[in-house]
Amino acid sequence: MIDVLVIGSGGAGLTSALSAKSSGASVLVIGKTYPTNAQTSMAQGGINASLGNMEEDHISLHIQDTIKSAKGLCDEDMVRQMCGDAPDTIEWLESLGVPFSRLDNNQKGVHTIAQRQMGGASTKRACYAQDYTGLKILHTLYETCLKNEIKFLNETYLLNLITQDGTVKGAIFLDILSGEIKQINAKSVIMATGGYGSIYHNYTTNSYGSCGDGIASVLRAGGAVSDMEFIQFHPTALKHSNILISESARGEGGYLINGKNERFIDELKPRDEVARAIFEQLHHHNQEVFLDVRHLGEEALMELLPQEVELCKLHEHVDPIKELIPVKPVAHYTMGGIDVDYALEVEGIKGCFAVGECSNAKVHGANRLGGNSLLEITAFGKLAGENAYKHAVYASNKEADETQLLKDKAFIKNIFEQQATIDFYEKREILGKLFYKKVGILRDNPSLHQALDEVIALSVNLKEMGITDKHPTNNTNLIEFLEFSNALLLAPTIISSAIARDESRGAHYKIEFPEQNDNAFKKHIVIQWKD
Amino acid sequence: MEIFILRSETQSYNAYTIENKETTLLNALTQIKSKQDNSLTFSAGCRSSVCGTCAMRINGREVLACAYKVQNNDKIEPLNYHPILRDLKVDKTKSLSTISKTNAWLHQFQEASHTHQDEKLTEKQSDCILCSACYSACPVYAVNPDFLGPFSLTKAYRYSVDKRERETKKVIDAIQVNGVWDCTLCGECTSVCPKGIDSKMDITLLRGTSVQLGYDDPSFATQNFGTPDFGFDPNAGF
Repeated sequence: MIDVLVIGSGGAGLTSALSAKSSGASVLVIGKTYPTNAQTSMAQGGINASLGNMEEDHISLHIQDTIKSAKGLCDEDMVRQMCGDAPDTIEWLESLGVPFSRLDNNQKGVHTIAQRQMGGASTKRACYAQDYTGLKILHTLYETCLKNEIKFLNETYLLNLITQDGTVKGAIFLDILSGEIKQINAKSVIMATGGYGSIYHNYTTNSYGSCGDGIASVLRAGGAVSDMEFIQFHPTALKHSNILISESARGEGGYLINGKNERFIDELKPRDEVARAIFEQLHHHNQEVFLDVRHLGEEALMELLPQEVELCKLHEHVDPIKELIPVKPVAHYTMGGIDVDYALEVEGIKGCFAVGECSNAKVHGANRLGGNSLLEITAFGKLAGENAYKHAVYASNKEADETQLLKDKAFIKNIFEQQATIDFYEKREILGKLFYKKVGILRDNPSLHQALDEVIALSVNLKEMGITDKHPTNNTNLIEFLEFSNALLLAPTIISSAIARDESRGAHYKIEFPEQNDNAFKKHIVIQWKD
Repeated sequence: MEIFILRSETQSYNAYTIENKETTLLNALTQIKSKQDNSLTFSAGCRSSVCGTCAMRINGREVLACAYKVQNNDKIEPLNYHPILRDLKVDKTKSLSTISKTNAWLHQFQEASHTHQDEKLTEKQSDCILCSACYSACPVYAVNPDFLGPFSLTKAYRYSVDKRERETKKVIDAIQVNGVWDCTLCGECTSVCPKGIDSKMDITLLRGTSVQLGYDDPSFATQNFGTPDFGFDPNAGF
């Protein structure tokens, strides 16, 4: 029986696998794609740590900035832990060989790492590797996992967790290659399955797969989710393709301007404020919005933001060195997720831990700071691995029976037999648009209620959706249907939390209630299914 | 416009008609799958050239589907030298296993004093997204399926020049068999890399380091086999 089963092979999964293994655990990492395909590769701007390589900085300032941006909804102890661990986390990444951008300052080790300005930060705090920070961290972590002979099961899709008396016993998976349903028994499980941003299909920077598979499985297994209404919209995605243009473009000095060539917001405010300002320009003032980086010059752009220059040329036919970049805000990061305690253990499921975007460790609160997500996956990944191992030491060796396996086999068999009279691909687009329009940057109760009604109707119709491709192996029609079903399962938790929160706070902005109301709402909305 | 996709079940090209406007191949494939044929199988992720999932071949050339603008009459096929799972979806287990065989990681860390110039030494190489385009384009695999291949050798190069690596020789030791000397320096890897990485150059540089560390080109040694021994080894260090 495996000690620690890690589900998800992005940065959070790989870090927790390395940590569990070095604690002494036997580890298996299971992912629905290959490890380096993860969303982590898309993190561009940087990873925060108060190294003070550029200007004076201190952990307390990092804590202060994070708390300020969280708008009262973070757990200050968790923030303290994450920010306090940040310099050591960078030391660790440095020791693995992450190729950070460097300074010419005659220093050694991490003190040569270049740091840049991000929105909401009081100083230049984000360590970076050009605009490929997440990619380079992810690949270095993967190579380190291979060095440490960590076992991987790729292309294996999570169906359900197995629990017994409120304790996790493993999970059931669909082997995408063979179509076989498998039970994997484990003493501890770490969920590192990513966020649910792709529910905003066609209105998100996220990868297709960020549909909240792990969060949905935790709900089904009796665990709790919280703060689901807090979804960060990134201010600058390319207008036509939704592709992310990093906040570092503004951190390095880029301006936001409207069609009248006017600046309308301090570009370095936190993302919620900048996203709202852009949204208002687009929809209330009927203005186009552009990111202007021309004044930075070709040399600096190619040095600091080479990926952005390429993406603009390819997807928008715009050369940022000479032209304005048309942008719009789209869904980017989900602050809410699996509710965890100080040990990152899931509320409601013992022995099950959650880390990264899938979890709500209450460090981002109502609005995440740029550069804190890569920090969370690495700093807390270590913690999750250690704690999962500690749980495994005393966990029962007795394997779960096949109840869940048989249920899931029947479930999949049923999908193959089900007649698909409603096209879920079409509904996926409808759901994405519905969320952007009615559960988006500016919310109001009538729209939220309409959205909830539509989502309930979609859920009722799910029985008539299904797959037309009945091929038993490598069936991506089936995987996409399961992903859509998971997103749809989370949809009402997001909307009903948004309805309940009659105030505006961070990324959740309600037109009827534009003020923050601490008396009534300085609290987390937690959702758990009871039998 | 019309495009042709190689389907694994029938081993033939299926024609698909798509809207006549500029779009990425990935958008076209997603549209076909969701609106015309749910059974069309391919892999994709980020849509922005960084997750490495959607490499395939268009008219015989490796591209990322998300970064390629589809053209009328394009012929779309899966990557070469990878077992085809279904349609355009391939099994990357074997190609990824070359990373372990190459030991492409930091062997022994030492603290170093880095400069901006040092960053530049590995900046391009570490842009690798493991899409496997170079592996598919590499003609060596037609004759040697055990070749470590362009992306793993580029990764080896990245660690070999990293000042933090205390055991550079270990990096070099691991790339002698089925490694740097098996490359034909044809440059196909370099020409197809969507991130502009020059694996051919990295391999050439690794050969130089190998020679400095006392290794020699085995084919060169073979050519000289049987010639009289003059007591002078041209590959020996001084």
